[in-house]
Amino acid sequence: MNIVLRLAWRNLWRQSRRTWLTIGAMVFSNALLVFMISIQFGMYDLMIDNTLKAFTGHMQVQAPGYKDDHKIRQVVPDIERLADTLRQALELETVSARGAAFALASSEDRSYGLQIFGVDPVHEQLVSSIPGLVNQGDFLRDNDAAEIIIGKVLAKNLRVGLGDELTLLGSGRDGSFAAGVVNVTGIFDSGVPDMDRSIAEVPLGYFQDTFFMEGAGHEIVITTPNLAGIAPILFEAENLLPADSDLVVHDWVVLQPGLKQAIQADISSAFFMYGVLVVLVAFSVLNTQLMSVLERTHEFGIVMSLGLTPGRLGRLVILETLMMGAIGMVLGALLGGLITLWFGWQGFSYPGMDQMAANFNLPDRFYPQATLLTLTIGPAVVFLGSVLSALYPALRLYWLHPVEAMRAA
Amino acid sequence: MMNSIKIVTILAHRNLWRNHRRTIVMVAAISIGVWAMIFMTALMRGMVNDMIRDGIRSLPGHVQVHDPDFRNDPSVNNLLALNDSEISSAFAKTKITSWASRVKVPAVISSERESRGVTLFGVNPAQEKSLNAIGNDIVEGHGLEGTDDPGVVIGRKMAEKLETRVGKRVVLMSQDPENEIADRGYRVVGLFKAQLAAHEESMVFAGKSTVQAMLRIDDQVSEVAVMGEDYRSVDDIYKKVDSMFGDQAEVLPWQELDSYLGSMLKVMDGFVLVWMIVIFLALSFGLVNTLVMAVFERVREIGLMLALGMRPSSILGQIIVESILLLAIGLLIGNVLALASVVPLRDGIDISAVAEGMEMFGASSMLYPEMEWRDVLMANVVVLTLGFLASLSPAWRASRYDPIEAITKV
Repeated sequence: MNIVLRLAWRNLWRQSRRTWLTIGAMVFSNALLVFMISIQFGMYDLMIDNTLKAFTGHMQVQAPGYKDDHKIRQVVPDIERLADTLRQALELETVSARGAAFALASSEDRSYGLQIFGVDPVHEQLVSSIPGLVNQGDFLRDNDAAEIIIGKVLAKNLRVGLGDELTLLGSGRDGSFAAGVVNVTGIFDSGVPDMDRSIAEVPLGYFQDTFFMEGAGHEIVITTPNLAGIAPILFEAENLLPADSDLVVHDWVVLQPGLKQAIQADISSAFFMYGVLVVLVAFSVLNTQLMSVLERTHEFGIVMSLGLTPGRLGRLVILETLMMGAIGMVLGALLGGLITLWFGWQGFSYPGMDQMAANFNLPDRFYPQATLLTLTIGPAVVFLGSVLSALYPALRLYWLHPVEAMRAA
Repeated sequence: MMNSIKIVTILAHRNLWRNHRRTIVMVAAISIGVWAMIFMTALMRGMVNDMIRDGIRSLPGHVQVHDPDFRNDPSVNNLLALNDSEISSAFAKTKITSWASRVKVPAVISSERESRGVTLFGVNPAQEKSLNAIGNDIVEGHGLEGTDDPGVVIGRKMAEKLETRVGKRVVLMSQDPENEIADRGYRVVGLFKAQLAAHEESMVFAGKSTVQAMLRIDDQVSEVAVMGEDYRSVDDIYKKVDSMFGDQAEVLPWQELDSYLGSMLKVMDGFVLVWMIVIFLALSFGLVNTLVMAVFERVREIGLMLALGMRPSSILGQIIVESILLLAIGLLIGNVLALASVVPLRDGIDISAVAEGMEMFGASSMLYPEMEWRDVLMANVVVLTLGFLASLSPAWRASRYDPIEAITKV
């Protein structure tokens, strides 16, 4: 082993309890960071995935302004043909056309105002998780049938079951009176009360007839195999829109601005907390290294008078810190990884978390997964902070006068 | 006795400043830790308290009375047969003055261009004002003038969506108890603003008598909302209201009416404690380290003191007082720092860049930090108590030295 390495290693263990305590601070922070960041990033992915898969999709073709106003006049004309064109040109089956309108839905003894979606019975199943969540009856089959699927909560509120009739009253595209009678063929249970209360789907063909849409709809939903594939497909889809139309393609960030912002808000508050932890560890290291340098003033004086430069001594102090930091990093990542693994197996939950989780389409037990990124990012920052904080004790050596230092007790 | 305490304190204080660099680094670490504890807590508290206050304004009230089936089936069929004179005579015996009885039904609102699903409230404007409920912040036009006001107050956002404005007519459509369509035209008399866009888009207010006539429900109401003094202590008022109406209706406090809000308060209290302990643990390694070093450097003199007859308990006390002094200085600076950073932010931090994200949490786009004395107290107690516990081991070790071994140690 190189003499400098050996020297640094031995210096580190001259005060083994102090070194272990400092490493302990690192391991504590690192393990906590690994665990917290694993949970956090896992939750964000799940949040995005669950929210988008449920209904929104990764992008939508809409009329300009529709995303803000949701007005029935803001249409995508000839929507089914455009959806077909997109499917073929993008070589993607996960493209589905929808229409949306407000209506008063009345059962025999209850009435509720709600948003009715007209969906393509074949392709809707590929872009949304709702068809798969129908646990009573079946999803829509015939594009022109007078059928409807509704959420569990809505079914309860309307007091209807499978086979019951609902009357829909609303206004059509031209503002005229629109009405229809539909049969409940399916009831879905998404577990998210808000969705189970507010979403009702009828076949697109029937929707267009009832609300006088003249072949138009409101949104073409496109999902891509993964989040990374969104940008190129969005670009391609934009080029495929009819040249004379003013239609736009919005990605999920635009469609669900709250989702990204909630993540941003959460990240910034979490990073403030992580930052404080890192700073506290850095202070711990600073204290330790400062002590270890001050203790050795006498011996540093001797070796300097023998011709060793302050630069080499400074590098020695940094090297000691690097070693200490490396041990803390490895042990911390290991411990954090083990904790994450344990909760990944047992599931993690926090009292009251179920209530908050439902707001973000999350399950009430969460299974964190450690990835290479979540295992390394926290410990790496702690390592960096530790090394930076050792700079002050190391640089002090440049001001050390060998003769005075040797006189120090 | 007093004398020995004095000596121990003087010794501890002098020892603390023998190695001033180490002490300063440690004080800095404690100060930053304490600052982070209090500051972060103040930010989170501000957000959650604001959410809860706004939530209570939207419910509204601390306690509500409903028909037992209403919450399951919030329709016109599950009403309370309580008119205002009955309610006020019941409340007259108590000190409760802020209450409102309201009709609350699902409805569809239509302008000539658009229709939306909403919740229609039939209210008594004077009662709503005493509750400071949502719907009272009129930004255009004027508020309702009485229970038989023929007009309607809608949210600012709702007006945009319906492409309507003050002075125009809208139609509200709901059902009567026989499930016949009940509808009526209303003139928009005012627009209200709310902290959350969702409230502006879902709540519509009209005169109570007008709505009762439209729904053909005589003078029945859907809910009675009661406001107490403080949302943290609603037990008292809840019990009072429950004893009055509990046998014929369902009486619930806000924590159960909006379980998300109720759980937020609990989650927040838990979070504050966890956060403080985590910060302290990160600090504790440095603290113990400092004490271990301080003891280690002084092995010989501790041995000498023991040999000269100082009692081990005085050595123990010396190290502990040294640690408490260190913590106290750090706490003092940390508390001052926290106060100094919260005060300039009194007017709120604009976080509207993530407004729609905050709305998913149910929070508004302005963040007002709130330093609650309970939280500050908790931070100080946590640091002092745990700090005391952490310094026990090095102090104990120091007091158990064998004088002869300690003196001869190089």
